[in-house]
Amino acid sequence: MPTISREEAAHLARLARLELAPDELDHLAGQLDAIAGYVARVSEVAAEDIPPTSHPLPLTNVFRDDELKPGLEAQAGLAAAPEAEDGRFRVPRILGEEA
Amino acid sequence: MTVTTQRLPTLAEAVARYDPVLGLEVHVELGTVTKMFCGCSTTFGAEPNSQVCPVCLGLPGSLPVLNRVAVESAIRLGLALNCTIASWCRFARKNYFYPDMPKNFQISQYDEPIAYNGWLDVVYEGVTYRIGVTRAHLEEDTGKSVHVGGATGRIHGASHALLDYNRSGIPLIEIVSKPILVPPAIAPAVGRAYVTELRMLIRALGISPARMELGQLRCDANVSLKPSGATEFGTRTETKNVNSLRSVERAISYEIRRQAAVLSEGGRVVQETRHWHEDTGETTAGRSKEQAEDYRYFPEPDLVPLAPSPEWVESLRATLPESPVARRARLQREWRLSDLEMRDVLNAGAVDLVAATVDAGSDPAGAKKWWLGQIARAANERGVDLEQVGISPSDVAQVQALVAAGTLNDRLARQVIDGVLAGEGTPDEVVAARGLAAVSDDAALLTAVDEAIAAMPDVAAKVRAGKLAAVGALVGAVMKATRGQADAARVRELTLQRLTGPAA
Ligand SMILES: [Zn+2]
Repeated sequence: MPTISREEAAHLARLARLELAPDELDHLAGQLDAIAGYVARVSEVAAEDIPPTSHPLPLTNVFRDDELKPGLEAQAGLAAAPEAEDGRFRVPRILGEEA
Repeated sequence: MTVTTQRLPTLAEAVARYDPVLGLEVHVELGTVTKMFCGCSTTFGAEPNSQVCPVCLGLPGSLPVLNRVAVESAIRLGLALNCTIASWCRFARKNYFYPDMPKNFQISQYDEPIAYNGWLDVVYEGVTYRIGVTRAHLEEDTGKSVHVGGATGRIHGASHALLDYNRSGIPLIEIVSKPILVPPAIAPAVGRAYVTELRMLIRALGISPARMELGQLRCDANVSLKPSGATEFGTRTETKNVNSLRSVERAISYEIRRQAAVLSEGGRVVQETRHWHEDTGETTAGRSKEQAEDYRYFPEPDLVPLAPSPEWVESLRATLPESPVARRARLQREWRLSDLEMRDVLNAGAVDLVAATVDAGSDPAGAKKWWLGQIARAANERGVDLEQVGISPSDVAQVQALVAAGTLNDRLARQVIDGVLAGEGTPDEVVAARGLAAVSDDAALLTAVDEAIAAMPDVAAKVRAGKLAAVGALVGAVMKATRGQADAARVRELTLQRLTGPAA
């Protein structure tokens, strides 16, 4: 049976760049554990002869031709950005990558 | 543990005690017209964020649709690398937070690559090494970040970053080699030869221009050492940003020497990403991988599985070009080169360049002479690959055509190449700007010109006085003396030069 520990919840929060208070971690660890439990019950029902399903549609090989399609008008994408500079999206400095 | 450069052993000293094991990951940006999952242009050098749409900006509600040509390119490359093509495979989300990937995940392939378990034969110094290929898979490229406020675009000390998403979503194929175990002393050179061979193959397939200086071919080099003769692999480092053939060899060599120094001092190699610095020829520590990455891959729900039918795969196999080995054998015959000469061309990474120069009209001997001689020396001096030195195959063919036409002799041709390498323009522009026009049978022409001038001193005086139209009489005399076989325009030029001095 799955158990999502408080440490695992903290790890997931870090991966998702979420800052969670200790009481939030306790709360969410419990909830995540419950969700994992529901999924595990579905797995129990699935017999050996049922392959894992990642896509509900019985489709393969959906392609488009390599043809240009108009994108966003110049700078329209930037218009929605919180900050822009020199035609580029401006973001806070990126830490922890390079010594 | 810090090791100073002064105490690094030489490569020979390092490989006397340790055997290197290499693993090379090569990313190729495909030359498709549009991106992997949207119809945005892939043209290089456009204004920032001018080739974007909701899909490649990762805006909510947008959905990817797969580019057929990208898939065909991957299958063709997989076949050319002697891989098995998956009969069914899926894309996966690689989850991470970094501003170059606005969706916060990259669409890649995880445990179901489209091509796997192949090999590539690499020839070095006349010996063939079969390099195993673990897999070749499709994924999308990231955007480009510029770090502002720090030194020279580096992250360290930066105040903020600026993002351009034109590159975001351009199709990539990542080719992962199996562990490469070759005679230790030549491991760096074989690593370079592998990337060179792969580049030739990719170009022969026509799936990418594979220009390393434009980032269309990028190499990450994994290096580990084990004591000579041991069977268990050591801890590896992954050196990023290795973006020229020359750097592949240098970066591998540096890492072998650095790790040998660490190990021989009783230290421990840290599993980490390292950054290659072209200017210093060293690698520096980046992100530590001691804390295993957790990308939480899962099947991409927005794309249905890929299931290439055997018929499709076979029809793509029929489009494969001749193998690089067969092509080189054919070119060697066509170019009439000895085995040793062909090996020199191959080792210089110049096969494609010489071939393109010959295709542009040059004779093979001339093309080989320039690329392996003067241009190779210039590339060495500047520390760049031949392709990055600033002269194109068509430039070289043009110089060779001028030589063949007798307009340039060898000495002048070298000056023209110097001029092109110095950024003075095309060969014709350099010839004009430097006033390098002609000698060889010009010598004969000049004799005739001098005789004509001596025979018609009054006409010559008029020309000297600025009545240039009068030169016609002198040209006529020379044409008569040479029984019409001289180039009249050239004779006119020479006569004017004789009388009024060379053009500025
Ligand atoms: Zn797009």
